[in-house]
Amino acid sequence: MRWSFFLKEALRGLRRSSAPALAALLTILLTAVVLGVFIPIVQATTGTANEVRSRVVVDVYVKDSATQLEQAELRKAIEETGNVKSVEFISKGEALARAQEKNPKAFEAGAELLGSNPLPASFRVHPEDPDRLDEIVSRLNADGEPQLAAIDEVRDREEDTDKILSATGLVKALTAGLAVLLVLASIALIANTIRLSIFARRREVEVMKLVGATNWFIRWPFVIEGMIVGFLGGLLAVLLLAIVKTTFVDPLSDRFALLAAPDTIDFPLLVVLLMFACIAVSALGSGITLRRFLRV
Amino acid sequence: MATARTEPAARRRQPPVDVPVVEFKDVTKVYGGGSVAVQAASMRIGRGEFVFLVGPTGCGKSTCIRLMMKELEPSRGAIAIAGRPLAEVPRSRVPHLRRNIGVVFQDYKLLPNRTVYDNVAYSLQVIGESRKEIRRKVPDILRLVGLSTKLHNFPDELSGGEQQRVSIARAFVNHPPLLLADEPTGNLDPETSIGIMQLIYRINRTGTTVVVATHDKEMVDKMRRRVIELREGRIVRDELSGLYRPDESTTEFAVRLRGELGVGDEGHPN
Repeated sequence: MRWSFFLKEALRGLRRSSAPALAALLTILLTAVVLGVFIPIVQATTGTANEVRSRVVVDVYVKDSATQLEQAELRKAIEETGNVKSVEFISKGEALARAQEKNPKAFEAGAELLGSNPLPASFRVHPEDPDRLDEIVSRLNADGEPQLAAIDEVRDREEDTDKILSATGLVKALTAGLAVLLVLASIALIANTIRLSIFARRREVEVMKLVGATNWFIRWPFVIEGMIVGFLGGLLAVLLLAIVKTTFVDPLSDRFALLAAPDTIDFPLLVVLLMFACIAVSALGSGITLRRFLRV
Repeated sequence: MATARTEPAARRRQPPVDVPVVEFKDVTKVYGGGSVAVQAASMRIGRGEFVFLVGPTGCGKSTCIRLMMKELEPSRGAIAIAGRPLAEVPRSRVPHLRRNIGVVFQDYKLLPNRTVYDNVAYSLQVIGESRKEIRRKVPDILRLVGLSTKLHNFPDELSGGEQQRVSIARAFVNHPPLLLADEPTGNLDPETSIGIMQLIYRINRTGTTVVVATHDKEMVDKMRRRVIELREGRIVRDELSGLYRPDESTTEFAVRLRGELGVGDEGHPN
């Protein structure tokens, strides 16, 4: 009885004040479309930035004189250092092969000319968080002094690292700031529209209170109304996004790497997220806005 | 729903004569701006009484009504409804308090987007009454107030008197022990007013305590019920079967008129 009553009340409310409800629906539709476009863009950008950042590494060169045991000890020490994601061992032979690959001309005459392999073996350390690269370096190489017998030198390609970090950091901060702004603007816009539509009916709420309706008894129909409006707005937005995606974005994704960035959110997940956000914001907005009119 | 049943039961347990339905103890209400609406008012209204609250506009009648339904809190003093101090009623229980108080307003306060039937049904839906009960009670009460032919009209399709009848039907449909009416005839012509008063009187005859705030002199004088007169927030008169104003000769009235206009010999300049 109660729930069917609330649902009936909500539908009555929508019928009787369809203009404000339509305004709220349009607001939700527009913000959802903007968010739906913006979320993948933010993700593609940060994904690319992160991919660049993953190239930040520390190389720990091993002395030729180091024994197997010392090498194993070193590896263990590196792995136990904080902020280390993975450690990759590059043997002397491998290092030579890589150098040869990178710069074939220098090795045209053959490696034999060198007599012996001059390149040292090394551990390539990938950090967990590129911003705290110093932790690893200072741990293995405090005050320029290698901390373990097997270490010849610790190098973090300071210049490259700094450039990568500052550039990608800026991109990430900018997109994050934009995302926050956009979400705040959306919420403010939706809240205002809902407030208007409820303000038009504040007298009704007042009368309900006077005949002894509890706050929740008054609130539920409004919340359900909000959910219906949010659902419809979200649904239309998703349809619009799907049309745009299939007609414009998909054919172009072959040509633009950013569009096809692997890190972007799956479309079905985006749909679920948007629908949920629309319904939740709309329902919560209605419920919360009502609060001030319930103080009779 | 459970409370709607237990609260009248609790009242029944109390001694029926001693506990007044409405009790004001030294109540003062000062509004935010500093204006004093009610000042040190004390009164007791017993079960089944019919009381007129009279006085000029701004004397605190409406404030008293709003204090009784806990729409306002007194600045000082205590109010008890059926022996229960209102100060002890928590905010969340206020709706349950109001279900035991029927209220009628000068401007009817009907829900504009509901039919007559739905307006009355709403106050039953609020207390969780079953659909079957609603379908039984609403036509009954609408027949009582003489609107059985207008069930499906919207409020703006009714005359003022008819709207007030709907509002009375809504206030009385779950038979509250106390009915408050704030200027119920304020917007109505004398003929229609009599009909409304008859209705309220009939409700009073069923044992419901009725408090009517009004400045309808004619009505008060004709009905000869208990009159409590307020003047600038103070209770200046409380008599059983009184008049709107104690008897006053034409000369006395003339003096007062001149005095209040500030044109008489002894006229005060306010």
